[in-house]
Amino acid sequence: MSGDLLEAGHVTKSFAIGGLFGRGHFNAVDDVSFTVQAGRPEILAIIGESGSGKTTLARMILNTLAPTSGAIRFRGEELLEVRGRKRRLDFMRQVQPILQNPYEAFNPLRRVDRYLYASAVRLAGAQSQKARDEAVDAALQKVGLSLAEVKGRFPHELSGGQLQRTAIARALISSPALIVADEPVSMVDASLRMSIVNLFQRLRDELQVSILYITHDLATAYYISDRVIIMQKGKVVETGPAREVLIHPQHPYSILLKESVLSPDDVGRGRLTLEHDGEAMRLERIVR
Amino acid sequence: MHPSRRDNGSAGEPRPAPEGPPALSVDNLRAYYLMHYFGVEREVRAVDDISLVVRRNEIYGLAGESSCGKTTFLKTIAAAVRPPLTVVAGSVRYGFLDRDIYALSPAELSAIRWKHLSYITQGSMNVLNPVRRVRQSFIDFAYRHMRLHRRAFFAAVEQHLRRLHLAANVLDAYPHELSGGMKQRVTIALATICRPEFIIADEPTTALDVVVQKDVLAMIREAQQQIGSSMLFVTHDMTVHANIADRLGIMYAGRLVEEAPTAEIFTKPMHPYTAHLVASLPRIGEQSRKKSLSGAPPNLAAPPSGCRFHPRCPLTMDVCREASPALTTLAPGHRVACYAASPLVKPSATAERAAVPTPRAEPVGLVQ
Amino acid sequence: MFRILKDLLRYNREFALGAILILLVVAMSLASFFSPYPSGLQYVAPFDVPPSWGHPFGTNSRGQDVFWELTFAIRNSLLFGITVALLSRLIALVVGLTSGYIGGVVDRILMSINDTFVVFPPFPILVLVYFIFKDHMSWALLAVAMASLGWPYDARLIRSVALSLRTREFTTQSIFSGMSTRQILIEEHLPYVLPIVFATTMNNINWSIGLEVTLSVIGFTNIETPTIGTMIYWANQHTALVAGVWWWIAFPVGLVIMTFIGLYLLSVSMNEYIDPRSRLSRMGGSA
Repeated sequence: MSGDLLEAGHVTKSFAIGGLFGRGHFNAVDDVSFTVQAGRPEILAIIGESGSGKTTLARMILNTLAPTSGAIRFRGEELLEVRGRKRRLDFMRQVQPILQNPYEAFNPLRRVDRYLYASAVRLAGAQSQKARDEAVDAALQKVGLSLAEVKGRFPHELSGGQLQRTAIARALISSPALIVADEPVSMVDASLRMSIVNLFQRLRDELQVSILYITHDLATAYYISDRVIIMQKGKVVETGPAREVLIHPQHPYSILLKESVLSPDDVGRGRLTLEHDGEAMRLERIVR
Repeated sequence: MHPSRRDNGSAGEPRPAPEGPPALSVDNLRAYYLMHYFGVEREVRAVDDISLVVRRNEIYGLAGESSCGKTTFLKTIAAAVRPPLTVVAGSVRYGFLDRDIYALSPAELSAIRWKHLSYITQGSMNVLNPVRRVRQSFIDFAYRHMRLHRRAFFAAVEQHLRRLHLAANVLDAYPHELSGGMKQRVTIALATICRPEFIIADEPTTALDVVVQKDVLAMIREAQQQIGSSMLFVTHDMTVHANIADRLGIMYAGRLVEEAPTAEIFTKPMHPYTAHLVASLPRIGEQSRKKSLSGAPPNLAAPPSGCRFHPRCPLTMDVCREASPALTTLAPGHRVACYAASPLVKPSATAERAAVPTPRAEPVGLVQ
Repeated sequence: MFRILKDLLRYNREFALGAILILLVVAMSLASFFSPYPSGLQYVAPFDVPPSWGHPFGTNSRGQDVFWELTFAIRNSLLFGITVALLSRLIALVVGLTSGYIGGVVDRILMSINDTFVVFPPFPILVLVYFIFKDHMSWALLAVAMASLGWPYDARLIRSVALSLRTREFTTQSIFSGMSTRQILIEEHLPYVLPIVFATTMNNINWSIGLEVTLSVIGFTNIETPTIGTMIYWANQHTALVAGVWWWIAFPVGLVIMTFIGLYLLSVSMNEYIDPRSRLSRMGGSA
């Protein structure tokens, strides 16, 4: 128990819906439990479609949203107890996010290196200009960029892949133990995706960082993750080692997901068949 | 009503070219964004000398990363050009018109829109009116083109929906009551109801979930086969192209760098960029290391000289820096613009221009 | 900075016209430092002389040269207007940004205060203030009073921009870079809020000068200080229009109208320039 890096215990988040008359609620996250161990860095993929609750779960792990019930513990400490500037900063030093949209992750009106320098000062404790430059440059080198490339640039001067890598570098400045990556490559072009995905593997192997890789893309999840959690409508439907779950899925929803993945190997035959046609239709109801 | 298997025929095999003029013929098209903003002048060469042909009854896929100009290309094809975007040179000819589309008056343009040329966009919210029921969108778009009495019109609409495996009661729903996939399906039905000769699809499945994506693609394929129209399908996702496109064109930095039947693009790519795109696709069941391409897509306001891919290309030669290669036919139906692919590829005669070309006559086609 | 102004002057006619008008007004107010007659003194010139070479705007029934008196008047009015605008911008910014960003209880409290102030009719309140402070009434006090009445509308505008900025991804990134709330508000959000602030500053200057003129004409301010309003007050006291001394009223009114129009044109034209979206199009990106 105490050796866990992150522990989520029966976490539920419910939102109220409905108007003036009659309020119901629905569970965006429903009784989710999992652990990430300390000392053994791994990439844990959380796979789900839209509405599965994966982004809500990510926000709760980052402590920007409080669960309705259940608890999330980081290194044994409950997240709800992390209050006050000092403790928040300590938490942020160890847990960092990577956001989905690299173009939105930076203020379009300001230069990109501001965030890097701010992280160096507040989170890594670099005081002098020299120390700051060194910390920022070191982090950028880890992602394959350099300070010279990024210094003084505005976001629109860099490509999506470069921006996302800069965001990753920023997250690395404080040497975090856990990175929560919310769909980090879905908005990056296909040709630049692999460089970022490869980078995650290097982060795990060389820098001992555990990564929570949240995605809807099974192929990249297969490619880099060690373990996999599949979510549907807020609940965990299947979990286990990545190779096992993705090659031999057991739960009907996991099987459906895998079947729906398009493969380039079908080219030339191009069969857009859908075995569980009825299931797919049932998944989409006209809601009244 | 729901068959358990739907086989949508094979994509990617080259079909014998049908008789008659091509559905779309684009020649040396150039469209730039010419911006003068408080004294700053910028010329972004989004579409730079593109020539291609879309045959009848085929789906032509256009692949390329974002900011390569494919969305601008779609706008120029649909004559939805508005300043600062200006068509600087070239022509766009459809099979159902006898003239260049830019020679049409606004009245003629709005007469062909939707009846002969329709589009499916990425966000269906761009098409369906959020405050009216779905049937109102059908009335707005299709009623005057079909020239039927109201009852006959709705009978035709319902029959069309049934053929596309959609329930007729979807007409009475508001868009927000439908899921994303459902909305997209309604949009496809809307785009095909007038049986247009040409359909433009701009990333129609990109925002959809994995499970829904396959279904929607199947529907697009089925709709296209039922009507026999031609389609220009634009997406950056290569696996989608593999499953739906008959022929595939790869765009890079405003230019077409390779074009071939889909199967050949995936099995025998000749351009290094295409080869990289194909090789870097992750597959379930495969864990071999994928290499990534260095560098970033070029800024279209200041593109590299010569071949625009040369800063990132592993096979760069001296000639690549000097002159842009011409799109040359190296195998039946297979065109490549790369000196390394074959010595037959020569510098392009039309690619380079010295000064800023003067814009043609005022673009007539303006989007309303 | 100068290149920006040059570009604006060249390409934007409204800005050019507004700039010319305001430059004239500012020139008038600067001329006050060269006035041969000290401010406010009476009986220094012949009475009721029509506009002529010696007295370009004529003289009034109090024995003052209208032109030179006007230079003092416009200077004081402008200073007053700018002070009120700056003070109320400050309050509006602080209230709007914090309540939009922090949300929750703080937001509710601040907005309740805000809405209460919106309902106050400024003119009767100021009259009330005058009656309470009659003898101790000063321009500074009036400026503070007006600033406290002039911020609510704009605070709500700023708050709505702050609300939308809070959910943007770069705000999350700023938080996780360790930036403090104050740093985020000032460095990240302020550029987005600036267009509103700028437009409302010009409007606020117009509003406060207008209100000052109104109060002065009735005599509820320190009428010894020359301002546009007090000039009109004295003109009314001496029944200038009836006596045929039209230049006493016409020139102050004309000058203040010129000020209003100039400020309005400036705010409208600069707004398009400062707007983040147009800034980004010029830089080559997109917001």
